[in-house]
Amino acid sequence: MKLLIKNGRVVDPANNIDEIRDVLVDGLKISKVAKDINEKVEKIIDATGKIVMPGIVDMHVHLREPGREDKETICTGTKAALKGGVTTVLAMPNTQPAMDCVGSVKLLKDIIKRSAVANVFIAGSITKGRLGRELVDIDKVRKEGVVAITDDGNSVDDEKIFLKALKEAKKNKVLVVCHCEDKALSKNGVVNLGIISTRLGLRGVSKEAEYKRVERDIGLAEKAYAPIHIAHVSAKESVELIAKAKKKGIKVSAETAPHYFYYSQDALSGYDTNLKVNPPLRTKDDVDALKQGLRDGTIDCIASDHAPHTENEKMVEFDRAEFGTIGLETELAVSNLELVGRGLLTWPQLVKKLCVKPAKILNIDKGMLSKGKDADIIIVSPEKEWVVDKSSILSKSKNSCFLGKKLKGMVEYTILAGKIVYKCTNSS
Amino acid sequence: MTQKSIWARKDLLGLEDLSREELEFILTTIDSFKEVSTRDIKKVPALRGKTVVNLFYEPSTRTRVSFEVAAKRLSADVINIVAESSSIIKGETLIDTGRNIQALKADIIVLRHSFSGAAVLLARNVDISVVNAGDGWHEHPTQALLDIFTLKEKFGRIEGLTVSIVGDIAHSRVARSNIWGLTKLGAKAIVCAPKMLIPPAIEEMGVTVTSDIEHALKNADAVNVLRMQFERDSQDAFPKQLEYFKNFGITRERLEKAKKNILVMHPGPLNRGIEIASDVADGPKSVILEQVTNGIAVRMAVLFLVAQGRKKK
Repeated sequence: MKLLIKNGRVVDPANNIDEIRDVLVDGLKISKVAKDINEKVEKIIDATGKIVMPGIVDMHVHLREPGREDKETICTGTKAALKGGVTTVLAMPNTQPAMDCVGSVKLLKDIIKRSAVANVFIAGSITKGRLGRELVDIDKVRKEGVVAITDDGNSVDDEKIFLKALKEAKKNKVLVVCHCEDKALSKNGVVNLGIISTRLGLRGVSKEAEYKRVERDIGLAEKAYAPIHIAHVSAKESVELIAKAKKKGIKVSAETAPHYFYYSQDALSGYDTNLKVNPPLRTKDDVDALKQGLRDGTIDCIASDHAPHTENEKMVEFDRAEFGTIGLETELAVSNLELVGRGLLTWPQLVKKLCVKPAKILNIDKGMLSKGKDADIIIVSPEKEWVVDKSSILSKSKNSCFLGKKLKGMVEYTILAGKIVYKCTNSS
Repeated sequence: MTQKSIWARKDLLGLEDLSREELEFILTTIDSFKEVSTRDIKKVPALRGKTVVNLFYEPSTRTRVSFEVAAKRLSADVINIVAESSSIIKGETLIDTGRNIQALKADIIVLRHSFSGAAVLLARNVDISVVNAGDGWHEHPTQALLDIFTLKEKFGRIEGLTVSIVGDIAHSRVARSNIWGLTKLGAKAIVCAPKMLIPPAIEEMGVTVTSDIEHALKNADAVNVLRMQFERDSQDAFPKQLEYFKNFGITRERLEKAKKNILVMHPGPLNRGIEIASDVADGPKSVILEQVTNGIAVRMAVLFLVAQGRKKK
C-alpha cells in the first residue's frame, strides 16, 4: 500500500531537513521525501500545519510482562506508546523472571511476537536476578537479540563484577545502561534530601547517592574502554560529571526523563505518590542544569522511564508507595511544552533527543525518515493543548504524575512500518 | 461565636497551610472553650449528635485521651480505634479504613499515624473531617496550637517572642508544627540540637539553628523541650543519653543564665534526667501541666471548627 503525507513540516534532523515536504510511503518503507509529490496512492493524509517526524525511540520503558501483567503488558504498554508517538521501546529487564538468560529472553520474544503493537527491543540484565553477584552470559543473550544490558532499579555495587560486565559488553557490542544509585547512601529515602524532606518529614535521598555512582561508573567505563549510558539523570552534579567525561573522550551517553525537567521537588508538597520517583525530583537548580544539559548536548536523549504501578500500590502512605510514573503518552507533549515552548530547544533538536540519539545509542536503524528506512512516522499538532485525563490513558496503570496538567502538542497519527496504527480521535 | 467565622476547612492537617488570620481565629476560639473546663458541669452541646473517631496507628495515651476528653466535653460520641485491635493488621489500607468509618456516618476522624503525610492522604479520600493528631515526623498541629496558646496566655502576645525548641528536631512533628505556627504569628523560633538531629535546610523554614544550648537559651522567652526518643530507629545516628543531658539537658544552672521569666514547656511524656532535670520540670518556670489543661480547650476548638467547616461545604 502506498501512503502520502502531504504538506507537513518534515522534521528529520538525521537528514538535515526542517521544511514543508511530502513523505511517500511504499509498503513498509519510506520511499521518498520531497516537495510536491504527485503520485497515485491509496491514502493521502493532509498534514498542513503539522509536524511530520520519525517515531519516537524510548530507551527506558518498563512493560512489566512477564510477571506483573496487573501493572502493564506488552500489549497495553505498546498501545500506550503508539498514542504517545513512540514507535520503538527498549523494554527494561526487571521483569519476573528477570531477562537474565536465554530462556527468559525467548519467552519475552514470544510474547512480543504475539502481542506487541510497536517495536520492542529487549534489554537484558547485567547479573542473574539483577542481584549484582553473577554475570549474565552476555554473548548468549545478545544472540537472542538483546541490544543493551542493565540491572535497572539496582546498580552493580561490586566494582570487579561491573568492570567485567563492561568488558564483556564491549566485546559483544552491547550497550551497558547504568542505574546510578548507591543504596548504601540512598537507604530508605523517598524524596530529595533537603528542605523538601525536612518540610514533609520524609527520609531524604542525597544527590551524592546518584552522582557518586555516576562518577564511579564513568571511571570504570574509562578503564574498560567501554561505552556506557547513564539512565534517568536527575542531579546537577551528574550533568557536570558527564560533561567532563565527554570532554575527556570517554564514551558516555545520558538520558533524563520529562518529569525531571517539568517538576522540581516543590511539587511534592501534597504527598502525591505519582510524584514519588527514583531518583527523586530534585531542586530548581538541578532542573535548570538538566535543561542546560539537554541544550548543550551533555544529555543526549529523553526517555520516559515509563513505570506503571497499580492504584493499590500508589493509593497508600507516601513511604509505602512504589516508585515511578508512567510517561509514554505524555513525553512528547511535556518535552514540547517545557523545552520547545520555553525556547530551550528547536523542533529539530527535540527530534534528535527523542528519536535520532536514542536510536544511535542503541545502534538500531530507527529515528530517521531516509529513503528505504522503516516507515515509522508520527504526525503531530505542535500547538494543540490537552489536559491529561485518567480516563484517556491507554496504559494499564494510570499512575501519571501529569494527571490534570495542561500539555501542548498532540500526536495525530502514528504510522508503524507504513501502516496507520494510531489516529487521534480527540477533536478539541 | 460573636466573631464572624473565617474558618472554612473541613480538616486540620498541619499549621504550614494556615494563614496568620486562621491561626489567630483558632486562638480566639480556644479562648472561648477554655472556660468550659472550669465549670462544675464541664459540658457544652456544641457537637451533640456528632461522632468522633480516634483512629490511632501509633501508641499514644496523652493525645488520644486529650482528644477524647475534648470531644466528650462537646457532647460528641467518641469511638477509639487502635492499631492492634483493628483490621489494620489484616492489611486494610488507610483509605479503606477511613471510608468504612465514613460509612458508619461518623463526622470527624482524629488520626495518629507513623507515616508522614498519612493525614493528607486520608483527608483527600474521605468527605468527613480529618484532624491530624500527629503524622510521622511531619506535623502535630494541635500540640503546637496548645504550646502557642499557653505562650499567649502567659505573655499576652506571640509577636516578638523568642522561642527555642530543643531536642530531636529531625524526627519531631512537634518541632515542625511549632516552627510554622510561631513564625507565622511573628515570633522568632530557634532550634537547638546536636548536628546529627538537625534536618537539612531547616533554616529555609525561617528558623535560627544552633547546637549551643547556652546560645539557644540566652534571649529566649520560652524553651520548648522535646522528648528524646532513644528507642527510635536504629538506622539513624543518635547521641548517647548521658552525653545528651550533659550537653543539651535543661537544668536549673542553665536557666539561671537565661531570661528571668523564661517559660519551660514540654509536650510530654517526660524523660526526667535525659532532656530535662526533674527540678526544672517541677519548678516555677515550668508550664508543662498547664499545657495539658490547655490541650483540652485547643482540641475542643479544633473539633468544633472542623465540624463547622464541613457544614459549609
